[in-house]
Amino acid sequence: MTASILDLHGISRSYSTRQGLFGKKVPVHAVDEVSLSLKEGQTLALVGESGSGKSTTGRIALGLERPNSGYVLFRGTELPAADTPAWRRMRAQMQMIYQDPLAALDRRLSIIDQVREPLDIHDIGSASKRNNKALAMLDAVGLNASHATSLPYQLSGGQRQRAVLARALIMQPALLVCDEPVSALDVSIQAQVVNVLMDLQKELRLSLLFISHDLKVVRQVSQRMAVMYLGRIVEFGETHLLLSSPTHPYTKALVSAVPVAGRRTRERIILKGEPPNPAARPTGCAFHPRCAIARPECVRVSPTFSTLPDGRSVACHAVHTNPPTKEVGS
Amino acid sequence: MANLAGTAPASALPAAWSSQPLLTIEGLTVDFSGVQVIRGIDLTVARGESIGIVGESGSGKSVTWLAALGLLPRTATVSGSIRLDGEELRGAAAMRLDRIRGGRVAMIFQDPSSALNPVIRIGRQVGEVLARHQGLSGSSIRAEAKRLFELVGLPDAGRRFDAYPHELSGGQNQRVMIATALAGKPDVLVADEPTTALDATIQAQILDLLTTVRRETGMALVLISHDLGVVSETCERIMVMYGGLVVETAPSESIFASPRHPYTQGLLAALPPFEGALRRLIPIEGQVPEPATMPPGCPFAPRCPQRMAVCEVTIPPLAQTEAGRFSACIAGPATEAQQPLKLKTSVLA
Repeated sequence: MTASILDLHGISRSYSTRQGLFGKKVPVHAVDEVSLSLKEGQTLALVGESGSGKSTTGRIALGLERPNSGYVLFRGTELPAADTPAWRRMRAQMQMIYQDPLAALDRRLSIIDQVREPLDIHDIGSASKRNNKALAMLDAVGLNASHATSLPYQLSGGQRQRAVLARALIMQPALLVCDEPVSALDVSIQAQVVNVLMDLQKELRLSLLFISHDLKVVRQVSQRMAVMYLGRIVEFGETHLLLSSPTHPYTKALVSAVPVAGRRTRERIILKGEPPNPAARPTGCAFHPRCAIARPECVRVSPTFSTLPDGRSVACHAVHTNPPTKEVGS
Repeated sequence: MANLAGTAPASALPAAWSSQPLLTIEGLTVDFSGVQVIRGIDLTVARGESIGIVGESGSGKSVTWLAALGLLPRTATVSGSIRLDGEELRGAAAMRLDRIRGGRVAMIFQDPSSALNPVIRIGRQVGEVLARHQGLSGSSIRAEAKRLFELVGLPDAGRRFDAYPHELSGGQNQRVMIATALAGKPDVLVADEPTTALDATIQAQILDLLTTVRRETGMALVLISHDLGVVSETCERIMVMYGGLVVETAPSESIFASPRHPYTQGLLAALPPFEGALRRLIPIEGQVPEPATMPPGCPFAPRCPQRMAVCEVTIPPLAQTEAGRFSACIAGPATEAQQPLKLKTSVLA
C-alpha cells in the first residue's frame, strides 16, 4: 500500500456573485464536500465539464485558494496559509501547469532564463550550475540548446508546453497539478507531451493531479479518476473500471460521448438539457434534471456515497439500492 | 418506378462520384502576401453527402472554405474554380454572393458567442436571415423562427425569440447558430469546428443534431474538425489535409481501418486508444511546416518515417489506390499495398 501524497478532506469553496447588475448576492458552490486522495507516484484524473469545479479543486490542492471548510493534507501535514514562508517552502514541492503555455510564459524572456528562474529565486547552487541544470531539464523534456535561447513566440505550441513543464519540474517537485495540459495541442504534438510527462513521472516519481475533459488522454495517463458534476464527485475509482463499466448515469453519458475514430454506429447516450448553472444548483442530486433514471427521491435527497465491491465510490440513489453485481462479467 | 429501382443499386455505390456534384472546387490556391497557404485543392460535394475535413492547425482546412465562399480579406489572392451547381463563385458579384451565402451555402463557426450579435435578440438575428433569404415578414418570421428553434432542440423555443445571446449557454448559442444557418434552407452547411468549444455531452448533442438535420432536410454537410473521432462518427467521407494539400480521401469506414497515407497513419497512431490494451503513444516527430518555409517536395516528407529521396523533390499527386480512395504518397502505396495494386493492374490489363 503506497502512502498518499495529497489528501483532500471534505473541502468546499463558494463564491458570492450578484444575480443581475443590482441583484442580491447569492453564493455559488464551486466545490462542495470533495474528498480525494492521490497516492505517491500515481496519477489521479479529475474529469468533468466546465463549471464542475475541477480547476478550483486543483487550486485548492495547491493552497492557491482556501477552502471554506475542509482541509488539505500534503504528505500528512496540513497546508499552511498561502503567502507565508512555510507555504512557500512547501510550494516548491508542488507545481502547476496550465492549458495555454503562451500565457504562462514571459514573452520577453528567453526559455532558459524562465526555466532557470525558480532556481534563481530560491537561490539554489552557483550561477553556472543553475544554467547547466536548466539545460539538463530542457534536454529531459526534449528541447535543445537552440530552443533554450529562443523566445516563446519562436517555439511551437508543443515545444512551449514542454518548456513550461521543464520550468515546473526544475525544483524537483513531488506533486504536479496539470490543468488541461494537452487540450490546446494538435494530436501529433499531444502524443509527444503525454509521453514526456509519463516518462518524467516514472523517472522522478512524480505524483500527478491531472485535470482534463479528454477521457482518451485520462485513460492513457491515470490510475484513478474522479468524475465531478456541479462541484461534487459523482464517481471515484480506478480509471479502467470507470471507463469500461461506468456506474453513475453521468459517467455513463460522458464515456459514451467520447468520439472514437473508426467507430460509427453505436448507441450514444444523448443527455437532455445543458449543464446547469452552479448558481442555480438543482435540489437533491444535481444531475437529476438530465438523468434518464431519475426517481422522485433524486429531486429531494442528495445521494451519499456507496462503495462497490471493486472499491469504487458512487453517489447515486439507483446504484445504492441496486448493486450492479450482474455487470461484473462484462 | 421500375427504372428507378433498377438504377438505385448502381448509384448507391459510388454516389459521390457519379452523380452531378452540388459543389465543385478545382485547383483552388490561396496566397497571403506571396506565401501560398492552399496549394491546389480539388474536391466535390454531392447532394446530401456528409464530408469531414481533418487536419492539424495550419493545414489549411478552414482557409479552403473561407476562400470558397469569398470570405477571405482582400490581402488574400484566390485562384482556381468554385462552382455551385455549375455557377462559378470565384469573382462573382458581391450581390450574388450575398444571395448564396446564408442562403444556399451556410457556414457556422467554432465560437457561437462571437458569431452572434450580443445586443440583438436571437429571434431577430434568425429573422434577418428569414427576411433576406425567404422573403418572410411580420408574424410569419416569428412562427418560422419558433419552428427552427424547435427543430434544433432549443428548450422553451417560443419564449427564446426575445432572449439575448448572453442569456443562453454555449451549447444553446450553437443551436441558435445552426437555426440561423438552416433559416436560409441551405443545400450545403459548412461547419467549422462547431463543437470544439463545447463540453463533451453537449458536443454529442450537437453532432447528433447535425446528423438528424442532414437526414431530414437532405442538405450536404461539410464538417471541419481537428478531431478524428468527431468526423469519424458524423461523416461518410473523410478528407485529410496537410500543408495546404489534400493528402488522403476515403470513405469513413475504410480510412480508419486501413489508412493509406503515412500522415493519416501517424495521426491514428498518435491518438490515445479508448478501447483495448494501453500502449505507448507514437507521436509524429517534428512539427507542421510553416507556409513560408514549406518543403519543396511532399509537405509531410520531413516528418515521414517512409520518406525516400524522391519525396523531398516531388509533390506526389493525389492518386487512386482503390475504388473511392485516393492518397498523395509515392512511398506509401508502393510499400503498403504493392500486392493488391499489381493484381488490380493485371486484371485491368
